Amino acid sequence: MPGPGVAAYLILSVILFATGAFGVLIRRSPLIVLLALEIMLNAGNLALIAFARQTGTGSGQIFALTVMVVAAAEAVVGLGLIVAVSRRHVDLDVDKLTTLRG
Amino acid sequence: MGNFLTWVIWLLAAAACLGTGLRVVTAANPFSSALSLIGNLASLAVLYLLASGEFVAAAQVLVYAGAVVVMFLFVIAYLGGRADAPWAGTPSLQSLAAIVAAAAIAVEIVVVIALKAGDELSTPAQVQDGFGSPAEIGRLFLGDHLLAFEVTSIVLLVAAVGGVILGSAVPKGSRS
Repeated sequence: MPGPGVAAYLILSVILFATGAFGVLIRRSPLIVLLALEIMLNAGNLALIAFARQTGTGSGQIFALTVMVVAAAEAVVGLGLIVAVSRRHVDLDVDKLTTLRG
Repeated sequence: MGNFLTWVIWLLAAAACLGTGLRVVTAANPFSSALSLIGNLASLAVLYLLASGEFVAAAQVLVYAGAVVVMFLFVIAYLGGRADAPWAGTPSLQSLAAIVAAAAIAVEIVVVIALKAGDELSTPAQVQDGFGSPAEIGRLFLGDHLLAFEVTSIVLLVAAVGGVILGSAVPKGSRS
């Protein structure tokens, strides 16, 4: 019996990505939207790691680490924006944050 | 026997991953969303280990579960952590459209992968013992992928500066 192959990883990755996309679309709090975004990025990372194991080259793992760094940077900027918005006493609701003027 | 054990651990981690992922998306309390994300990232680290991504698994726990989620928890605590019921007040048309869009994305990915790589996914390559170890990752990062490494550091610097600017700009007439 072979161990879990790349197909099993990909199925899990697709389901996880769809879960994250669903969260981004359905939630109204920008904080939870950011959390769901992290799930989507991690689903991509899972596929990258699985493909790296499949092809036997380390480049997929390097790409996954780079995605991790970009996700950290995205969290910093996103959370900074959320804090800046909340300081203006605006409702934290992605349906109401429709203009860029403060 | 070894493969059976691998499958058991894989399935447990996958179930934990999907369950916590769903909880992140559906929980009303932002704190439980962020805490479920830790479980999601930890079970993903187990899956990385099973695909011989040792260094990535360690970095996942350190960077994500250790740093990013703690930052999320700080911001949620700072903003008060108001409960936000995902289903209350959402127009049902919007939630239906979200389900349809998420399912469409899933089907799209499956179709593209099946069309482009249907036959090549069966046999994994043989890898050496050091695959995915810190030494191998370091050799790749500072050798073949040096440009990505340097650009990554610039991205981090810009994000840090941007975070400070966004966090320190106090609007006029604000109490803080």
